[in-house]
Amino acid sequence: MSGKREANLRLLQKLGIVAVAMFGFGFALVPFYEQICRVTGINNLLNPDEEVVNTQVDTGRQVTIEFDANVHDLPWRFKPTRNSVTVHPGEVVNITYEVSNTRDRPVAGQAVPSYGPQEAGQYFRKLDCFCFTRQTLNAGETREMPVVFVVDPRLPKDVNTITLSYTFFEVAGATAQEQAAPGREGKS
Amino acid sequence: MEATHVHGAEHAHEHHPSGIMRWITTTNHKDIGTLYLWFSLIMFFTGGVMALVIRAELFQPGLQVTEPEFYNQLVTMHGLVMVFGAIMPAFVGFANWQIPLMIGAPDMAFARMNNWSFWLLPPAALLLIGSFFVPGGATAAGWTLYAPLSVQMGVGMDMAIFAVHIMGISSIMGAINIITTVLNMRAPGMTLMKMPLFCWTWLITAYLLIAVMPVLAGAVTMILTDRHFGTHFFNAAYGGDPIIYQHVFWFFGHPEVYIMILPAFGIVSQVIPTFARKPLFGYASMVYATASIAILSFIVWAHHMFVTGMPVAGQLYFMYATMLIAVPTGVKVFNWVATMFKGSMTFETPMLWATGFIFVFTMGGFTGLMLAIAPLDIQLQETYYVVAHFHYVLVAGSLFALFAGTYYWLPKWTGHMYDEKLGKWHFWLSMISFNVAFFPQHFLGLAGMPRRMPDYALQFANFNEVSTIGAMVFGFSQLILLWVVLKAIRGGEKAPAKVWEGAEGLEWTVPSPAPHHTFEEPPVVK
Repeated sequence: MSGKREANLRLLQKLGIVAVAMFGFGFALVPFYEQICRVTGINNLLNPDEEVVNTQVDTGRQVTIEFDANVHDLPWRFKPTRNSVTVHPGEVVNITYEVSNTRDRPVAGQAVPSYGPQEAGQYFRKLDCFCFTRQTLNAGETREMPVVFVVDPRLPKDVNTITLSYTFFEVAGATAQEQAAPGREGKS
Repeated sequence: MEATHVHGAEHAHEHHPSGIMRWITTTNHKDIGTLYLWFSLIMFFTGGVMALVIRAELFQPGLQVTEPEFYNQLVTMHGLVMVFGAIMPAFVGFANWQIPLMIGAPDMAFARMNNWSFWLLPPAALLLIGSFFVPGGATAAGWTLYAPLSVQMGVGMDMAIFAVHIMGISSIMGAINIITTVLNMRAPGMTLMKMPLFCWTWLITAYLLIAVMPVLAGAVTMILTDRHFGTHFFNAAYGGDPIIYQHVFWFFGHPEVYIMILPAFGIVSQVIPTFARKPLFGYASMVYATASIAILSFIVWAHHMFVTGMPVAGQLYFMYATMLIAVPTGVKVFNWVATMFKGSMTFETPMLWATGFIFVFTMGGFTGLMLAIAPLDIQLQETYYVVAHFHYVLVAGSLFALFAGTYYWLPKWTGHMYDEKLGKWHFWLSMISFNVAFFPQHFLGLAGMPRRMPDYALQFANFNEVSTIGAMVFGFSQLILLWVVLKAIRGGEKAPAKVWEGAEGLEWTVPSPAPHHTFEEPPVVK
């Protein structure tokens, strides 16, 4: 009987060591996987994306961007804070437009951009723009609105000037609708 | 023999405390088995209530019953409670009760450690359930506790981590005990290849537990240190990698699913020969099939990760390796069917559960094969198809086998026959409602309904309605089991030593109910 007890304890010891070793093995898996990924090149999370190439600034070139602002049947004053900027293609540029509502009630408007020359539009990458969303201005409110853009370095060589023109259109009835439904309910 | 048992010197320390202290201080394998089984039944109902709240929420599109945050907590806790609280302890309970009886041992090898293995579980369960009531609520990262979400959750996550630690220690101690018992405590003449298959499947399961539970403990420890102690195992911003968590977790997680099904195979392999009145067909091949499933389980883990951006070579390897597991599993299903072939079968409740198990488990196995196909899995990952698959193998597989075992050995445990009529009601209600609940989920998954979402698109409404009705019937049918067990404990027809006419094995040589001490003098097996 005591011989059996000893045999049991020996086995307990061995199995206990296996359990502890497997706990360590769990941690060893972390560097192990990292090495495997490095050797086989599976883990490409740390490799740079292709996008980076496109955003490199082409300092050998300058392009003038002119800004234009129009309103269509809207009681708003709308103008760019600067009339033009000169940029290198690939550079991130931050400009603002100023808009004020001269009416005595809230008015909603939507800006629509256009480009001159027209084919320059596809090389004009807007990262942020007030034209992405509808703008609602209270009575007499004045607002500065940003446009963040990058001119693609692949812009054809013969284009030296791009004109960015915005036209604001009124979104009829939008303000009344927003007042009726101030926010979306979480529950349906 | 047992009634006139003389207290020798080695038993002088036994005072037989009564009341609650009897259960807290017990080192008797039968008492501890009973504790494990009651614990898992309580956790089964706890996890079941969570499942019913989940299904109530999914009865209609939109949010009716729960907030989305609470829904995610419920989904997570349902998984953790059912896996670590219900299924695993239930099988350990069966091992405690049956393995010493089946191999002719007086008790488990380390009786006091056995007491510890059980009594670690209730504190772990309290930590887990208690985490619902702390600020931020329980962990809602899913039962897999994937980083980086698990690194970001509130204090409920820490409680879940400690609960997993404690339950892991409990499982490892239980597994060491089972291996030592099976290898060292067998009666003279009980060679390994004469052991009942249930002991074999548990021996292999115990090895799996010792190999992978520490890896899970390591994975959650890494989350813990990432959360509080400034390590960056899984934080990409500091050079860590959240995908590594998935690798480490599934290195545990895939063997874990076999930990939950191999003992079920063992139980079914005991029940079917009894009611087919034939010895198990292909005993040796069953042993080898179990061992090869266990070995294969270590090399297929990344089939849970086909969408993590694995290279094609990796996808192909894990796809074929996973499909290979169908071979030993197929051997098992073949052997069960061959055992029944030309047998003199009767369909008492245990046999109904065992044959039902073969039907539904095989369906779950087939959907598993489909999910193993990498291009298909990319479509089905994180849909209800996966939910249907693992409920077919875990509920209709593991749980139905547990029910088969419960009805099979209940007369041996309580000394009374269970109510056959109620048992049959339990089986048919469960079997039908289970399929009503989970079969439509295959369609939902194929149509693209995502898992772990409290709301869904309108076109999924009808199948979800059916599924919820099935789940409610299934849930409440389980109360019949409680009724049957309580009824058998309180009384009923006296069960003979050999409860089933076709039963073989040492456990049927002791009286029913099995006396407190059995096989103090080892039986001789010819």
